[in-house]
Amino acid sequence: MTTLDLTPAPGAAPLPRMVLAQAGAEMRGMLRNGEQLLLTMIIPVLVLVGFSLAPLLEVPGERIAYVTPGVLALAIMSTAFTGQAIATGFERRYGVLKRLGATPLSRTGLMLGKTLAIAGVEIVQVVLIVAVALGLGWRPELSHGPVGPVLFVVAGTAAFSGLGLLMAGTLRAEATLAAANLVYLVLLGLGGVVFPVDLFPAAMQGVVELLPITALADGLRVLLTGGSPFPYQELLILCGWAVAGLVLAALTFRWE
Amino acid sequence: MSSPAVEVVDLVKRYGRLTAVDGLSLTAESGAVTAILGPNGAGKTTTIEICEGFRRADGGTVRVLGLPPSRRELRARVGIMPQSGGVPPAMRCGEWLRLVARFHAHPLDPDALLDRLGLADQARTPYRRLSGGQQQRLSLAAALIGRPELVFLDEPTAGMDPQARRSCWDLIGELRAAGVSVVLTTHFMDEAEKLADHVVIIDRGRVVAEGTPAELTGAERQLRFRARPGLNLDELLKALPAGSAAKESPAGHYIIEGEVGPELLATVTAWCAAEGVTAEALSIERRTLEDVFLELTGRELR
Repeated sequence: MTTLDLTPAPGAAPLPRMVLAQAGAEMRGMLRNGEQLLLTMIIPVLVLVGFSLAPLLEVPGERIAYVTPGVLALAIMSTAFTGQAIATGFERRYGVLKRLGATPLSRTGLMLGKTLAIAGVEIVQVVLIVAVALGLGWRPELSHGPVGPVLFVVAGTAAFSGLGLLMAGTLRAEATLAAANLVYLVLLGLGGVVFPVDLFPAAMQGVVELLPITALADGLRVLLTGGSPFPYQELLILCGWAVAGLVLAALTFRWE
Repeated sequence: MSSPAVEVVDLVKRYGRLTAVDGLSLTAESGAVTAILGPNGAGKTTTIEICEGFRRADGGTVRVLGLPPSRRELRARVGIMPQSGGVPPAMRCGEWLRLVARFHAHPLDPDALLDRLGLADQARTPYRRLSGGQQQRLSLAAALIGRPELVFLDEPTAGMDPQARRSCWDLIGELRAAGVSVVLTTHFMDEAEKLADHVVIIDRGRVVAEGTPAELTGAERQLRFRARPGLNLDELLKALPAGSAAKESPAGHYIIEGEVGPELLATVTAWCAAEGVTAEALSIERRTLEDVFLELTGRELR
């Protein structure tokens, strides 16, 4: 039988170590979960390959140049919004958030860990999607350097995280699961991911252009196809969603 | 004497119109094992969750290691084992324990702890595939991994098989020997009797009795036997020395209390012979904690 030294020696680990440990655990969880992989990797890659190869619709310019930024936006949404909402909803339901609250990891530490894990998964997604797109003949043209797209990814992640946490922190886990998947599907169809927004009736366009997915897809599209000017309006829309979503989530989040 | 590990004074907690905890006071001494006993719905979990900082009290004061339970610095000093759950279902047993270990400055070795709790073979098993008893053991491991000064164990052995229960009891004994304060709730009287230095029996949100197991069960011994139900005990009582008591509870089970010695035994067996009754399973015992518990909290189901 193993003897253990149970003499009390309490103490919290340094915050960076806690955050890294939590981020690692979250990231492994996301990459191991089959449904999550379907949303974050498989569907985006299928959409990318399908819509860039098959002449399914009329798009402005080269098809791959149009579709790739939309698929990147879809990938960001799938991780920061859909995946995060579902995972966090079930963590709340299974008492994981409550249990973690009884460890030295603070709520700030938990949120930093989650954010880091999302960034990690997004890096995997971007590498995968960019590699597939390059293989399909994509030749991006960066009109404002690499900082622009990164800025959009960060702002988009913040916007989608806020909305995901708002949903996960207030709805029941099952309702979050259903709603998050539904929103994913609807925004995949509506939000300028692959179907150009100007295909919709004029009355709808105004609304659709205010959606975070549209702002992210359109912004990335401008920046990755050598377009100008810099899409400030889209960035502003994303920042608006980010502030509103994160503030509302912070105010309404129920930990158990 | 060092200050108590937990001090609860006049605690009140209401859920809507229901008062779950109603002016409860208890003290858990430092370095001791304190067991909170009570029927379902007595307020055990509510009380322990307020001490853990999960719930807010509506009245009264609670001090854990001298601090209000909401204080962050307590998270490292206090280990908790909730009644159930708290682990992501897909996370592997060893992974969870290593994660919680990483939150602490001087944790126990996760593999040694898993081994000690008989979970070494389950280290790579996802939480949802563990049996109920294995999940409980993992939860206990996570409560101890950070080498806390105080642990709260909410029904630690619920769902464990007898071997696991024994090994959990041994571990609690070792915690006590190492100077860790333990506060646990339980439904098992033998657990409280065997482990606890101090037992607090609560019912309807109040303390109804407390003391060491010996104080609660008293020094008095009882004579017990089984016979056909409905014997008339009045005749027997007349023959017994003054101050004795006799009762049938439940039907067919007779308990005689008083100066239990050879004389009393002879009187009872003589009376049985006169009644033409064969007393079965005749024994002289101390009152058990279970007797005390049922006397105080009643026999009806809740």
